[in-house]
Amino acid sequence: MALRAVRSVRAAVGSLCAISAPSAGCSPRPWGLRAGAVRALRTGPALLSVRKFTEKHEWVKTENSVGTVGISNFAQEALGDVVYCSLPEVGTKLNKQEEFGALESVKAASELYSPLSGKVTEINKALAENPGLVNKSCYEDG
Amino acid sequence: MQRAGSVVSRLGSRLQALPSAPCRSLSCAQTKIFGCDRVKLMESLVVGDIAELKPNQGTLSLFTNEAGGILDDLIVTSASEGHLYVVSNAGCREKDLTLMQDKVRELQNKGSDVALEVMDNALLALQGPTAAQVLQAGVADDLRKLPFMTSAVMEVFGVSGCRVTRCGYTGEDGVEISVPAAEAIRLAAALLKNPEVKLAGLAARDSLRLEAGLCLYGNDIDEHTTPVEGSLSWTLGKRRRAAMDFPGASVIVPQLKSKAQRRRVGLTCDGAPVRAQSPILSPEGTVIGAVTSGCPSPCLKKNVAMGYVPYEYSRPGTPLLVEVRRKQQPAVVSKMPFVPTNYYILK
Repeated sequence: MALRAVRSVRAAVGSLCAISAPSAGCSPRPWGLRAGAVRALRTGPALLSVRKFTEKHEWVKTENSVGTVGISNFAQEALGDVVYCSLPEVGTKLNKQEEFGALESVKAASELYSPLSGKVTEINKALAENPGLVNKSCYEDG
Repeated sequence: MQRAGSVVSRLGSRLQALPSAPCRSLSCAQTKIFGCDRVKLMESLVVGDIAELKPNQGTLSLFTNEAGGILDDLIVTSASEGHLYVVSNAGCREKDLTLMQDKVRELQNKGSDVALEVMDNALLALQGPTAAQVLQAGVADDLRKLPFMTSAVMEVFGVSGCRVTRCGYTGEDGVEISVPAAEAIRLAAALLKNPEVKLAGLAARDSLRLEAGLCLYGNDIDEHTTPVEGSLSWTLGKRRRAAMDFPGASVIVPQLKSKAQRRRVGLTCDGAPVRAQSPILSPEGTVIGAVTSGCPSPCLKKNVAMGYVPYEYSRPGTPLLVEVRRKQQPAVVSKMPFVPTNYYILK
């Protein structure tokens, strides 16, 4: 699910941020609210189109220096039905781990944190009319 | 019926099912007050006309302090068995119990006939348009004769000694069943056998009570709000206002005529949901108050909230602004309940 597309800034050492898959022992309640520990990894081209997860339950998939970001299935289930998506404006510059928006359900609001540094090139406009796409299709249309 | 359909769809999304009678165990403390002077005791602590309650009739009331602040909200029922049945917030359990016990002791020392018993009961709430129909299958009493805010003791699905009160915290028809603690699970299981009945969690409850415009103690009312500020003047008994004989009366009663204070109001808005602590601003952008509760309303498909604003901004229809994550968005003061209630009232 494309929450938005971000162009990742190529760092001097050519490394990508990342990413540990959410551990099984995640507490069920406040997803996306813990400080993520992000380690720099040197990666080769073969890993560039793999979906990678942050400790805050965002995922990012990069291709040709454009990253697409969404939230994990675990996160959308914990949140419940999403009723509103607060997304940044196209052109916004973001730093890694910076808060860039939020998803709202009836019971909770959950902030979104950028897994990468870069500039927002696109947001998923479908979510304005249909925020439930985050639940229905968190890896594709949401 | 529109509300039923909406309750179904909201609880459907919470529970992946289509319930029409949510059932949940409440976080309430239950107490009995006995003795000939029980009404005198109760009235020394609350703002309502307790003496005027008919047998088995209940009312929402407020414990207040000498400064006029609300210590807790509670339901007092005049049980025909000869006691007052009191249901208050479990979150205020220690505070309320101390308050009542101290007063019992004080009155006993003056020779009054009064005593207090803490009940070891669970409280199950069965709420929804079909709640009465679901319950009727398990009780012999005719529930058509149990209107809103009345109470009766009866056997429920084989569990004897249950007090059933036609009241709730959802704005819908329904009951709260006080059941001996040891039998609570058995009764809950019996209710859940009916496919109409599903368990509902705190978020569902919170969205329902907000749509109904009902306060949550600790959020919308607390020791720093008076009943008048809380838009709960209706709880002040007519006789009690004249007699000024409840705690904080000298502060509260003058507020009825004055327009000086802030008021609790309802707010609706589109955009990002508005939640507790969000600032409320005048149309010019000055901070004038704060939101105390809020959530997206599944029934209205808008955001609803409660908050406090100065009296001059409290009229329904007044346009205001609320701030969510550093962005301001328009909101409108709205009458509550946001969703029409459906209490079972006999005409």
